[in-house]
Amino acid sequence: MEIIEKANAEALKRLLGGDPVLVDVRPAHEVMPDLGERQILHAGPPIEWSRMCGPMRGAVAGIMVFEGWASDLADAESQVDSITLRPNHDFDAVGPMTGMTTMSQPVMIVENRAFGNRAYCTINEGLGKVMRFGGNDAEVLSRLAWLRDEFGPLLGAALRRTGGIELKPLVGRGLTMGDEMHQRNVACSSLLVRQLGPALVEAAAELNLDNAVLSRALAFAGGNDQFFLNIAMAMGKAIMDPVRGIEGSSVVTAMSRNGTDFAIRVSGTGDRWFTAPVEMPQGLYFPGYDESHANPDMGDSTIVETVGLGGFAMAAAPAVAGFVGAGRASEAANFTRSMREITLSENPEWTIPSLDYAGVPTAIDVRLVVESGIAPTINTGIAHREPGIGQVGAGVVKAPMDCFTQALEVLAAELGIS
Amino acid sequence: MSAVVVNLVLAGTYMDSIALMRLSREVAGLSGVEDAAVMTGTPANREILRDAGLLAPEGETAKPGDLILAVRAKNESASHAALVEAERLLSAPRQTADDGTSGWVPRTLRGAVMALPTANLALISVPGDFAAAEARKAIERGLNVMVFSDNVPVEAEISLKHLAAEHGVLMMGPDCGTAIIAGTPIGFANEVRRGDVGIIGASGTGIQEVSCLVHRAGGGISHAIGTGGRDLSTDVGGLTTLAAMAALERDPATKRIVLISKPPAPEVVARVVEEIQRSRKPYVVHFLGSVAGDLPANAQHADTLAHAAALAVGQDRIDVPPANAVSSDGQMDGQMDGQRVVGLYSGGTLCGEAQAILMGAGHVVASNAPIPGAGSDDAAAAIRLLDLGADEFTRNRPHPMIDPEPRETMLRQMLGDPTVRVVLLDVLLGYGAHPDPAGGIAQAIDASTGRRPVVIASVTGTEEDPQIHSEQVSALTRAGVRVAPSNAVAAEWTLGILNSA
Repeated sequence: MEIIEKANAEALKRLLGGDPVLVDVRPAHEVMPDLGERQILHAGPPIEWSRMCGPMRGAVAGIMVFEGWASDLADAESQVDSITLRPNHDFDAVGPMTGMTTMSQPVMIVENRAFGNRAYCTINEGLGKVMRFGGNDAEVLSRLAWLRDEFGPLLGAALRRTGGIELKPLVGRGLTMGDEMHQRNVACSSLLVRQLGPALVEAAAELNLDNAVLSRALAFAGGNDQFFLNIAMAMGKAIMDPVRGIEGSSVVTAMSRNGTDFAIRVSGTGDRWFTAPVEMPQGLYFPGYDESHANPDMGDSTIVETVGLGGFAMAAAPAVAGFVGAGRASEAANFTRSMREITLSENPEWTIPSLDYAGVPTAIDVRLVVESGIAPTINTGIAHREPGIGQVGAGVVKAPMDCFTQALEVLAAELGIS
Repeated sequence: MSAVVVNLVLAGTYMDSIALMRLSREVAGLSGVEDAAVMTGTPANREILRDAGLLAPEGETAKPGDLILAVRAKNESASHAALVEAERLLSAPRQTADDGTSGWVPRTLRGAVMALPTANLALISVPGDFAAAEARKAIERGLNVMVFSDNVPVEAEISLKHLAAEHGVLMMGPDCGTAIIAGTPIGFANEVRRGDVGIIGASGTGIQEVSCLVHRAGGGISHAIGTGGRDLSTDVGGLTTLAAMAALERDPATKRIVLISKPPAPEVVARVVEEIQRSRKPYVVHFLGSVAGDLPANAQHADTLAHAAALAVGQDRIDVPPANAVSSDGQMDGQMDGQRVVGLYSGGTLCGEAQAILMGAGHVVASNAPIPGAGSDDAAAAIRLLDLGADEFTRNRPHPMIDPEPRETMLRQMLGDPTVRVVLLDVLLGYGAHPDPAGGIAQAIDASTGRRPVVIASVTGTEEDPQIHSEQVSALTRAGVRVAPSNAVAAEWTLGILNSA
């Protein structure tokens, strides 16, 4: 037991000691040299095409067309066997929902300056019909091309001019403004655009871009309430990666789902995924849709909960609590209180005013999850189960308990505890 | 399809989008409604409404600052009813919680301690198989523990009590139903005044009886510590009793200590007596049905629970019946032919005390919970005293203190049994107990016809208890029950009736 306590103290120290900074945007292949032709990174633990859910298949086909590996969606499906499918997590990356990452897509880079590691995530495409929800028509692909050719390079140039945006204080402010960084990123997106504004203008001038380009960029970033989500995800990954591989530690370092399986990684068991069938979110649907259209839970975005945000920080974002059935805004704090029962500590830099500035619950301990029977609460978007349609709602989902039980058994076996 | 799509545009109305989605769902769930949405009138939202078949001409012209109530319904009347309801929901005052914690209950001990960091005692009431594990966690957190659960193996009890000693905390129980710590009643306990009498008891109803009698005699309780029924057995060795004695020794508010127990193991008694000798405080000792042997000079032996309470407040006797109390004549309501005594007890120790008193007068007693010297249960015994709180009566049923109905059923049988001369009852009040135990007893008696046995009861409780002692006594008296001032006196009255026969 003592080895676990010591290991967890180290894990917590590294987790809280992270110093994530948004530094740049680069084409994926530049920063992930191993990511080449006909390779697709997806959300969640490893999965083969045959087990993939509808929206993820749609996204795979779409991104093949986008990369020029297939002429159309039907062609893409016919040659999917020639594609290597790998999890984002294998490449220090994370991706929302379907989580498609390929070589030519621009990725945002978050550097953890306390440890020197970097993590990557693509740029958020906005709401509506988008690839992360399985959208794959011409409109979706042309937006991706615009992100690659126009927006990404400009954002990267602007970030380089700033010397990097420190994310911890930004997130700290966002929490006091009603964001929980998963379902609600309005405040952080706005704060970021405000902070980046001058640099974007300067970068546009430096690159000899005309005002229309700048205007489009500002309209896109400023008009997308979830713009910050992908940054929060890369931040989560950058913070959690140094926590991996501490012998004996029972701290969860990643939670992730591919629409078929839910999986977690635990520090003391290295990069092994513990998987269980993914669950169905409980939520609210856009007009014209209901539960029958919903795809099960999906995406690497649960990295946000892993660092204590999202469902864990629900108390900061009372409006989001409405996603839970008949839950009232005044009950938002209960989610955070419950999550505190399964975490080792609180984050003193990320505090919640309505909880008298208690820190967000931090460092999920598989032992506490199994002992209490309380599964992590995750705030999530809901994709249509068919490929090509997109988002149909949003809600809350529980991490399946079986992942945690398996992880605890393996950890105990490795430590020689029966 | 003859579906009707109607839109109502509310100009300049803003609501959070998530609140709107909830509202949409409520409206969509109304009868006759196929689909509904409440959205701000942005171009993107109008597009969504159009795709969903929810946009009507009124909505086409809505502005981003407007709110569109859109309904597609089976017919005209359903659509309009839905719009009216949507408007009502929009204007309804928001329900607010009474406080920030609305309904949150910690699921773990750890969570509870985080929510209440100054807590220093954990009450554990979970199925016995899990109680030891939870108690261990609590002790390791430095909490005093009261284990209400029963069915905890004795090995677990012993190891928990050693662990508690290591951590310098008290481990009350297992199967500890009653404690009063610094004025706070825990479990089945009564509202008694705070005072200078400390109680250590291996029995819950014994603690209740003594603490109530001390209170009714004008005294008060500093702490009443339950040890669990097995504590003074050879196996457990009095670990909690000794720890409680040490705690009360240090407590400046405790001036006198009452120690009560079901019959203890002799070698453990010796150890306890040794500890009494070391104490600077006076002790009153009552070991049910047995004589404690030679006690040190600072200790007095009490014959009954009531006697223990009397000695604790410096009196010889505090349960003298009022002069007009009907005690032993047995003429008015007794069945002349009946000879048997049946006791229907909800308190195990009170049942034991009655056995001791009747046996002390030379009678043969049978019981399902026999004290040493008593015989095992026999339905035809001349004196049969039943502990209805024992396992065989409470399997899959609440304790008779909570649910008196099974006892009332047995009482009805006894009232109609011509062989029964006396029915003995205890009535326990306080927190956790039934809100009106006397009511059911009175009803059973009122419903009985013809001659019936004498019914004798005592009421363990205080005026400050939720059930109010005097009201319970009056209800019983009105029904013809002879209410004794203590459990011991109830047994003595029974002796009187037997002797007068």
